[in-house]
Amino acid sequence: MLTVRELCMRFGGVMALNRVGFDVAAGSVTALIGPNGAGKTTVFNCITGFYKASSGQIRLRGQTGEIDLIAILGEPLHVGDAWQPGKLAHKIYYKMFGGAHLATRAGVVRTFQNVRLFKEMTAMENLLVAQRHRVDWRPLSGLVQSRRFRRAEAAAVERGWYWLDFFGLGEDGNRLAGELPYGRQRRLEMARAMCVEPRLLCLDEPAAGLNPRETRELSGLIRQLRDRHGVTVCLIEHDMGLVMEISDHVVVLDHGQVIATGTPREVGEDPLVLEAYLGISGEEAA
Amino acid sequence: MTGHIFAQQAVNGLVLGSVYGLIAVGYTMVYGIIGMINFAHGEIYMIAAYLTAIFLAGLTLLGLQSPPLAILLVLAATIACTALYGWSVERIAYRPLRHANRLAPLISAIGISLILQNYVRLSQGARTQGIPSILDGGFHLFASGPDAFVRLTHAQLLIVVTAIISMFLLHFFIARTAMGRACRAVQQDRVMASLLGVNTDRVIAIVFVLGAGMAAVAGVLVTLNYGSFDFFIGFVAGIKAFTAAVLGGIGSLPGAMLGGVVLGLAESFFSGFVNTDYKDVFAFSLLVLVLIFKPSGLLGVPEVEKV
Repeated sequence: MLTVRELCMRFGGVMALNRVGFDVAAGSVTALIGPNGAGKTTVFNCITGFYKASSGQIRLRGQTGEIDLIAILGEPLHVGDAWQPGKLAHKIYYKMFGGAHLATRAGVVRTFQNVRLFKEMTAMENLLVAQRHRVDWRPLSGLVQSRRFRRAEAAAVERGWYWLDFFGLGEDGNRLAGELPYGRQRRLEMARAMCVEPRLLCLDEPAAGLNPRETRELSGLIRQLRDRHGVTVCLIEHDMGLVMEISDHVVVLDHGQVIATGTPREVGEDPLVLEAYLGISGEEAA
Repeated sequence: MTGHIFAQQAVNGLVLGSVYGLIAVGYTMVYGIIGMINFAHGEIYMIAAYLTAIFLAGLTLLGLQSPPLAILLVLAATIACTALYGWSVERIAYRPLRHANRLAPLISAIGISLILQNYVRLSQGARTQGIPSILDGGFHLFASGPDAFVRLTHAQLLIVVTAIISMFLLHFFIARTAMGRACRAVQQDRVMASLLGVNTDRVIAIVFVLGAGMAAVAGVLVTLNYGSFDFFIGFVAGIKAFTAAVLGGIGSLPGAMLGGVVLGLAESFFSGFVNTDYKDVFAFSLLVLVLIFKPSGLLGVPEVEKV
């Protein structure tokens, strides 16, 4: 479903990603692992339009055809484009109206390692912001609370409750997001991501800071998302237990390059991976 | 003796304060959402004054006689035009600098302010211009007694009532519509909002349009009340409204309105009881005092450093 090819990301002189390429199959759970600083989060940032990749391709296939996730951020214009009016028009359009929100609308949504909720809004309002396709945007109908506006709003609230219940947050709908305990904030962030109705859900270290029981619950939830809601999941995780348990496919990054891909078992036996990890764990022990 | 001066100055201060509040809303909203001071905002108010005169002349030429209808039409047309100005200023001068250093849009704003001032001076002339008064008359607040000369004119009443209605409309927009909710979300975390599919560029444009619309309301009403204007009125009005926004706590909508009213009342009482020449000195001293004891303004929340 997602194809990444030759993805490079430079920050000044630093090559954060060097020709990264991997695939995410539809309906799978794909884990991105690697030692700290390997570039996992950078890959995520490029996929979700948070960063603009220096070069390479990120394509998302869907019912409506293929979407180029780099082009929608707006590419620089070249002189050569003048010969291809169609391509030029496309580039100018995305330069004017493009942005990260288009990646989301194409069906990619992410969560953050450090939770980023709208802290001064209630949990439910957080979920409503994410449902842009469902609510009535016209300012006037909101001001007079027209019937269509209220119906759209009620549908969105109902959907919001569904995901709150799904993530076990049924009692927190009307509490301010910033007041919730940490574990619940994490789940609220996932609930909010699901409200966008993504086809590809990117989770950045979903188990960070959770205790073993919460981590077990989380792996159950992720599996349910894939099996019952048809969401493809791509996650970054350091908790190897969780990775081995839920992922179908593992991509290992080190120093901005893919060093291995395969099933959890294959990757676990790969000598390159063992070397990268043992080096790091040696440092950690020191 | 002082009782009726007090009453009259309270009326005048309230009117002045409503105007400051209406303009201050534009500063506070823009600051809240992208953290910059839109120094060109006062010019939008000045342009609204000119547009009022132009539209009013046009309507008179078309033979429209009824003042209430004329005011409504002028208000609607001016809001529409200034909204376009607000949108264009954002699109041309600020959006290309969205990811630049914080100082860059500030300088750009000062530039736009100068451009708008001089564009009006060149196209409309530098002289003070005026419109005939179309809203005469008023009430005496007290039927008889020594306070009987305390007066509230129809134009003043219109200013206060319209300001209150506009503020309520704005409040409902922010609190109850989907776009308002998106505005609040963008204010709290712009990047996250865009990652949830909210078109943040459009939300920011909407905020500029709303701010310009509120400034237009102020511009139309003040012009109808005082009748005279020149190309430079935007500067003083802008500085005062900015002061009001800071006084009330920049970033807070009720704060902007409260700051405006406090500033208006302070100025008006000072000129009524002490000295007219030093009313600005008093207003700014008040600002300094408030900021010493409450640096975030009257209704502002102390800033938490974002990581």
